Amino acid sequence: MTDQPFFRIDWIVDNADVLAQAVGEHIVLTLIAMVGGIAVAIPVTLLIHRRRRLIGPVLGFTGILYAIPSLALFALLIPITGLGLATAEIALISYTLLILIRNGLAGLDGVEPDIVEAATGMGHTGRQRLWRVELPLATPVIMAGVRVATVTTIGLVAVTALIGQGGLGFVIITLGIRRQFTTAILVGVALSVLLAIIADRGLVLVERALTPWARHGEGG
Amino acid sequence: MAEVNAAQTAGSVVAFEHVTKRYDDGPPAVTDLSLEIGAGEICVLVGPSGCGKTTTMKMVNRLVEPTSGRVTIDGEDVAALPAVELRRRIGYVIQQVGLFPHLTVGDNVAVVPRLLGWKPARIAERVDELLELVGLDPAGYRSRYPAALSGGERQRIGVARAMAADPTVLLMDEPFGAVDPIRRERLQNEFLRLQARLRKTIVFVTHDVDEAIKMADRIAILQVGGILAQYDSPDRLLAAPASEFVERFVGADRGLKRLSLGRVRDLGLDAPVTVTVGEPRSAARARLDGAMSWALLLDGSRRPLGWLQGADLEGDGAVAAELAVPGSALLQPESTLRDALSAMLASSVQLGVVVDEHEELLGVLSVGAISATLQDGTAPTPQAATDG
Repeated sequence: MTDQPFFRIDWIVDNADVLAQAVGEHIVLTLIAMVGGIAVAIPVTLLIHRRRRLIGPVLGFTGILYAIPSLALFALLIPITGLGLATAEIALISYTLLILIRNGLAGLDGVEPDIVEAATGMGHTGRQRLWRVELPLATPVIMAGVRVATVTTIGLVAVTALIGQGGLGFVIITLGIRRQFTTAILVGVALSVLLAIIADRGLVLVERALTPWARHGEGG
Repeated sequence: MAEVNAAQTAGSVVAFEHVTKRYDDGPPAVTDLSLEIGAGEICVLVGPSGCGKTTTMKMVNRLVEPTSGRVTIDGEDVAALPAVELRRRIGYVIQQVGLFPHLTVGDNVAVVPRLLGWKPARIAERVDELLELVGLDPAGYRSRYPAALSGGERQRIGVARAMAADPTVLLMDEPFGAVDPIRRERLQNEFLRLQARLRKTIVFVTHDVDEAIKMADRIAILQVGGILAQYDSPDRLLAAPASEFVERFVGADRGLKRLSLGRVRDLGLDAPVTVTVGEPRSAARARLDGAMSWALLLDGSRRPLGWLQGADLEGDGAVAAELAVPGSALLQPESTLRDALSAMLASSVQLGVVVDEHEELLGVLSVGAISATLQDGTAPTPQAATDG
């Protein structure tokens, strides 16, 4: 194996189907983690936005989750959830929460108090004010969090190859590192980075579509 | 400004009955306040910072709840209604106007009608009607975002938004605070013209005594702690301050301030010599009384462009717009005599040019006409308006 050339184009061509499948899995693992992370972050953010004394404990807890090394987290989870998708996703979701919740809260807190009071004074109920005024205005900061969390998750997905998942992590770790096959490592890393860039650009477009007012600048 | 198509609902009577507001164990922010605001009146709450004027205003739409006492609208206790329902019936314009930056002008104006569940067609119609009411072309403004507008445009849209559900009561918290002084003067005039037709009951908060004197039917001067020092019409307040505090707050230049009570419309205007763009210079020269005399240059729609002198009209050919020397700010019938005097003193010609809402010439006002009112010792009130 060690006498292989540094880079083999023919391997890429021969294994195009394996690579395509790995990219597909990588996207699915990322999507599940992001949808799950957002689904947890929204209610938690709304709760701590109202009950301010919960901010410290919640951010502290998600901060601890964020700080646990991924290998250690797998080791903790495997006895409970086994070697598989559930373990991988619980870990991935845990890592998104700090970023999503912190940005969500910063976004909501960043809405000008005058605007919030105008909304209240005009007769919005608490819920109407949240959905019609506060969340739209918090969108740029919330989306910044979603972008960072997505890019981070795309990088982290590879590690889950250690517990039999991994998407491109399978290419990098199993086909590449374990067999000392540089072509697979380089291709896996390149595709993972490419995926992260595409996702980030895509989310910028989503943010623009959600915030049409932001394009109009401070003119006039 | 466009005519109002739909019948507008006029104002309600707003009353404070022994209202006290206390935060925690601190001293009261508002102390045993009782006052009644007549239907269709502008009541200006004015006083130094900490006098509780904004707190007082916010008790009308229950953004602040009184500790004791009650606030009523047409005799009905505001606490009897759900707060959300009450607020949708009261127009609200805050400092810096508070337009929602993420909504277009049309959607901003439509906020309260949407909360009230109006049908889309009715909302669209009402939005256009209101934009016309405040002098903005609906087609040009409806889809723009607030960030792309000037301070004056935002202010007008804030007023349109507050009027959307045709409330009987309007609360305005320093509504003209965010615009420069010249534009503020025009917006105040515009608003007074609008109010002359709509006759809403308006609770207006400001820290500016001059603005209070200009806008108010009645002024409530509050002292720190929300103690009512005097509640009176502007001329009574200036003529007979109830206490040393009021006298000091109103200022030493009470005499000059009384000029703010008189309006340009109360005085007779003179007809100036006018020259219209495009007419032959020889014809214009013939009307002027020599090289040193002044004439007002108008465009084809009778809008003043500025002043020119006989000497500018030498030679042949048509009169060009470029000949005009820009004068001082234009005055409107609603301008106070104080603003008029100030504008005239800043102008080389010392005549105030008065225009209507379409900026067409109505006439000119001389310093002499204003000084005549000063020599009477009393500034004219609208009731005492002279003619000629």
